Amino acid sequence: MRALLASLLLLLLAAPDARAERVVAGLSQEAISITTNFDGSEILIFGAVRREAPPPGQEPLQVIVTVQGPPRPVTVRRKDRRFGIWVNTEAAEVDAAPTFYAVSTSAALEDVLSDTADLRLRVSIPRAIRAVDTAVTDQRAFTDALIRIRSDGALYQLNEGAVTFRQQTLFDTSIRLPANLVEGDYRARILLTRGGEVVDVFEQTLPVRKVGLERIIYTLAHERPLIYGILSLVIAIVAGWGASAIFRYIRT
Amino acid sequence: MQIYLPIAEVSVNAFLLLGLGGLVGVLSGMFGVGGGFLMTPLLFFIGIPPAVAVATEANQIVASSFSGVLAHLRRKTVDLKMGTVLMLGGLVGAAAGVQVFALLTELGQVDLLVRLCYVVFLGIIGMLMFFESLRAIRRARSPDAALPPKRRGRGWLQKLPFKMRFRTSGLYISVIPPLAVGVFVGLLAAIMGVGGGFIMVPAMIYLLGMPTKVVVGTSLFQIIFVTGFATLMHAVTNYTVDMVLAVLLLIGGVIGAQIGTRIGVKMKAEQLRILLALMVLAVCGRLALDLLLEPAELYSIGTARAGH
Repeated sequence: MRALLASLLLLLLAAPDARAERVVAGLSQEAISITTNFDGSEILIFGAVRREAPPPGQEPLQVIVTVQGPPRPVTVRRKDRRFGIWVNTEAAEVDAAPTFYAVSTSAALEDVLSDTADLRLRVSIPRAIRAVDTAVTDQRAFTDALIRIRSDGALYQLNEGAVTFRQQTLFDTSIRLPANLVEGDYRARILLTRGGEVVDVFEQTLPVRKVGLERIIYTLAHERPLIYGILSLVIAIVAGWGASAIFRYIRT
Repeated sequence: MQIYLPIAEVSVNAFLLLGLGGLVGVLSGMFGVGGGFLMTPLLFFIGIPPAVAVATEANQIVASSFSGVLAHLRRKTVDLKMGTVLMLGGLVGAAAGVQVFALLTELGQVDLLVRLCYVVFLGIIGMLMFFESLRAIRRARSPDAALPPKRRGRGWLQKLPFKMRFRTSGLYISVIPPLAVGVFVGLLAAIMGVGGGFIMVPAMIYLLGMPTKVVVGTSLFQIIFVTGFATLMHAVTNYTVDMVLAVLLLIGGVIGAQIGTRIGVKMKAEQLRILLALMVLAVCGRLALDLLLEPAELYSIGTARAGH
């Protein structure tokens, strides 16, 4: 009973504070379509802070924007020299690593987000990857390698200071999605923080889908692999026969 | 113009693919080889996942071999009976090869296996071809050393049972060696994403003793079936055949092959073979360096295979 009362009191005290500032945001695209000439995409994320009262405290408001692709399990392998050649020897499993992950902030990440908030909301790149310790002794090296390789391919991005925040009210940023996107529901998050603590969170899903020919081919290949294989062969044979016929026609 | 490949799930320049197809097509037309052994490593270099490169290249080889075999059928330079025996062996080999490929993909060693196969076979074939053509050129220069030693040293092969008559080739030999050659080449075709002509042709000439004029046609005939079968198996087991990639490569390939044939006619056979040998050795060397030198990135990411 006392615990309930205490938590109610806490809620009452906290509630007006948490609701004093809220984030309203939008994305420039409702969905991303992977078409035949898809070459990556750029999404613009913008929004404003709605206030019921004048901003509390001295600490400035900060904005963090994350876009996360569907998480997938991955295997990270390490090469080692065996019999004079470089061979994959050790491997570590990562239970769920986002296929794409971008973090943009209005200032250095460690200044705008406390460690505990990061732990809870999984904002920074290492935290967004879920790795359970396996038999491999240096799991850390493998996760670091995963981040390094995906960062090189622009699949993981940390853009500190990339969010423009005007007069503590209006903000916008753009995130570049590379061409090799994996299909699925992407999740855009906008976090409003003050003094490292999260004030409000806004979430929106961003579906990424193959469309048109891409969709047809992909679905056929996975759902009717035999028909797809036969179709590939028919195309190849027709093309081979056609080429031979055309060139014979040209020569005569 | 960038194009997104639906199965490989990467975006590449369409003209680059057309150009690669054309370039390899020219070379294959010039030298009368399938070009798979050049195309598959080139696809690795431009960032196509190895599994997709191997499966798709098998599909493309069907197209170029079909185009080639039509010409040979008209000239009656295909030994259909021998081709069928080789094909039967090839189908067994390809079926096994696709399973080996799937197993090694899971173990994360497929890259290594494919590269090792390339280095070993390209190395051997390249060296053999190189020295053979050097000898041929030297022979041509000094007429005293004419008359190449006609070695018919297939002694123990003649003693094997199950003899069969191959009329077009003018042979009466056991079916075991052609079957074995078929299995072996089928296995390599599935693992390396090649037609295997570069192994099949020497094996037919030196091991089976087939007359040179029927060798290329017969090899193409059986390659169609073996790579066609490998394509189907890859499509069903590994879902790695990329239709869009295959179409782009074969458009470039068939045009290139026609140009290459014209160039090839104007060159001397020995010169052609030396050039081909050097090219084979260059590809082999490039792949060997990747295995021998310490890679810049020791780690690699593999997708843990989600069940289908």
